Amino acid sequence: MATTPSSIDQKPTSSTGGVWIRKHLGEGFLHLVLILGAATMIIPFLWLVSTSLKDYSQVFNLPPNWIPDPVMWSNYPDSFNALPFARAYWNSFYIAAIVVTSQLLTCSMAGYAFARINFPFRETIFILFLATLMIPHQITIIPTYLIMRDLGWLDTHLALIVPPALFSAFGVFLMRQFIKSLPEELEESAILDGANRWRIYWQIIVPLIKAPLAALAIFSFLAQWNNFFNPNIFLSTPEKFTIPVLLNQFRGLYVTDWTLLMAAATIAVIPLLVIYLIGQRYIIEGVALTGLKR
Amino acid sequence: MVIPVVQPNIGELVERKTKSGLLSSRRQRSDVLWGMFFIAPQVLGLLAFSLIPVVYAFILSVMQWDGLGTREFVGLENFREQFAESDFREALIHTVIYTVIAVPGGVTLSLLMALAVNQVKGKTFYRTIFFLPTITSSVAVSMVWLWMLNGDFGLINVFLREQFSLDPPNWLVNTTWVIPAVALVAIWAGLGFNMVIFLAGLQGIPATYLEAAQIDGASKWRQFWNITLPLLSPTTFFVTIISIIGSFQVFDMVYVMTGGGPGNASTTMVFHIYELAFVNFTFGLSAAAAVVLFAIIMVATLFQFWGQRRWVNYDI
Repeated sequence: MATTPSSIDQKPTSSTGGVWIRKHLGEGFLHLVLILGAATMIIPFLWLVSTSLKDYSQVFNLPPNWIPDPVMWSNYPDSFNALPFARAYWNSFYIAAIVVTSQLLTCSMAGYAFARINFPFRETIFILFLATLMIPHQITIIPTYLIMRDLGWLDTHLALIVPPALFSAFGVFLMRQFIKSLPEELEESAILDGANRWRIYWQIIVPLIKAPLAALAIFSFLAQWNNFFNPNIFLSTPEKFTIPVLLNQFRGLYVTDWTLLMAAATIAVIPLLVIYLIGQRYIIEGVALTGLKR
Repeated sequence: MVIPVVQPNIGELVERKTKSGLLSSRRQRSDVLWGMFFIAPQVLGLLAFSLIPVVYAFILSVMQWDGLGTREFVGLENFREQFAESDFREALIHTVIYTVIAVPGGVTLSLLMALAVNQVKGKTFYRTIFFLPTITSSVAVSMVWLWMLNGDFGLINVFLREQFSLDPPNWLVNTTWVIPAVALVAIWAGLGFNMVIFLAGLQGIPATYLEAAQIDGASKWRQFWNITLPLLSPTTFFVTIISIIGSFQVFDMVYVMTGGGPGNASTTMVFHIYELAFVNFTFGLSAAAAVVLFAIIMVATLFQFWGQRRWVNYDI
């Protein structure tokens, strides 16, 4: 076999066995690098959970012990009850749910119009949407804060719900691109049958764009759930706080009480972590599809 | 945060004309109304929460205003004052240092990890773990790292002392190390997201190209350098652009981990803008600083779009 002449110009040393060893050595090396990388990613999370279950006196052990002894489960109820966490969960959840639902509807409606319906200044208005993608959030936040103040919406959830619910240039862009890529024949018979635009949108388009809608939903939910900047500016009553703001308040109150701090951080990240581990494939692919971070 | 290039397609426009010609003029008239109905909610949002605020921000930037009393027109005084002030200049310098560490480090590391993950079995496993911080609240990430980087008992320093007998600094309260430390945490937190984007880009490279090179006897390194890297350049460009934009806007981690300290050693642009507006209530000054940030991001982005001709390859 080794003497078979071949067009592949092999170096004398790389017999098939050598290639096999090199390939597996290479893959082993890659795994080593990746395991080191994965450890770097996972250790802070393990350390978080480990610290959250320790007795305060054990936190300062040197060298540190990974397994808490005794296991202080009580840190969790202590943290959970110290501030209105249950309330914050609900606030974060319902705000994100309303924003996501509204974005799915309004973005796909606008996306459909920009992709398929003829009306004056269509391209100009669409370009305006695209242009706003370049505007950093910080330049609009001060005026938005003042507008919310004039509307009397400061320290209410309306300030967190209404702006993102009604405006997502990125969502409009994503929907328009997907709807534009659908074959137009799908709608033509409905148009000839005299179906109105709403029926075409609702009965033909929406069922065809479920995948990008799901991607937008995941992306938008994560962005809302984890948003810290806006709720931190708009809200002042702890009962109205979302999870990130409440967690930050907790940090301010229990400055170096690491066991309780880590328990609170764990409480804050657990729900999304569980959802993530169940649906990681869809979440990662959804984020890759939308390809944007906010 | 990304600027998709829209090119009006002539053929498409012509085709649309002829198609709509088949439809009745009543249909066309009703389409105008339908179109307006469909875009109404988002256009309302565009006006109320983006266009009007942007115009308002530019107006505020030439005003002196504490948010309550009368507004006073001061021309470019706010800008002059910002550039004359050391707080602003330092915030700008800190942001640039942060970007210089976080962006090249983050892009390179995530590219290397994506290349490695793409070559081995267990892709899903690694991807899941690297992506973890992306779904985690930035406040929680900051709190974990606040503890990891604790000077006396943080895991990082314990490790450095025990394994390498080093005498590491107390990262987050050390004026020299605070920005690099925050930048490293940001690299850690953003690695998975960038990696996933790179993986998607790598999957878009036709396997036949690499196979052809392999048959021609090109080494792994040559394959990477002459095929993978050029064909991946649109993705690299995308990741670089959004990383730079994101790093100029760094706020959450600074706010939670350092509060801009020690002293003001870790104030960044957005942190400075935040303080001017929501701590000092000098809205005019804050708006001026925000306009400068906007201009910097815009120039940096346009500069990259201009520079991309030299290294980005759209030939797949």
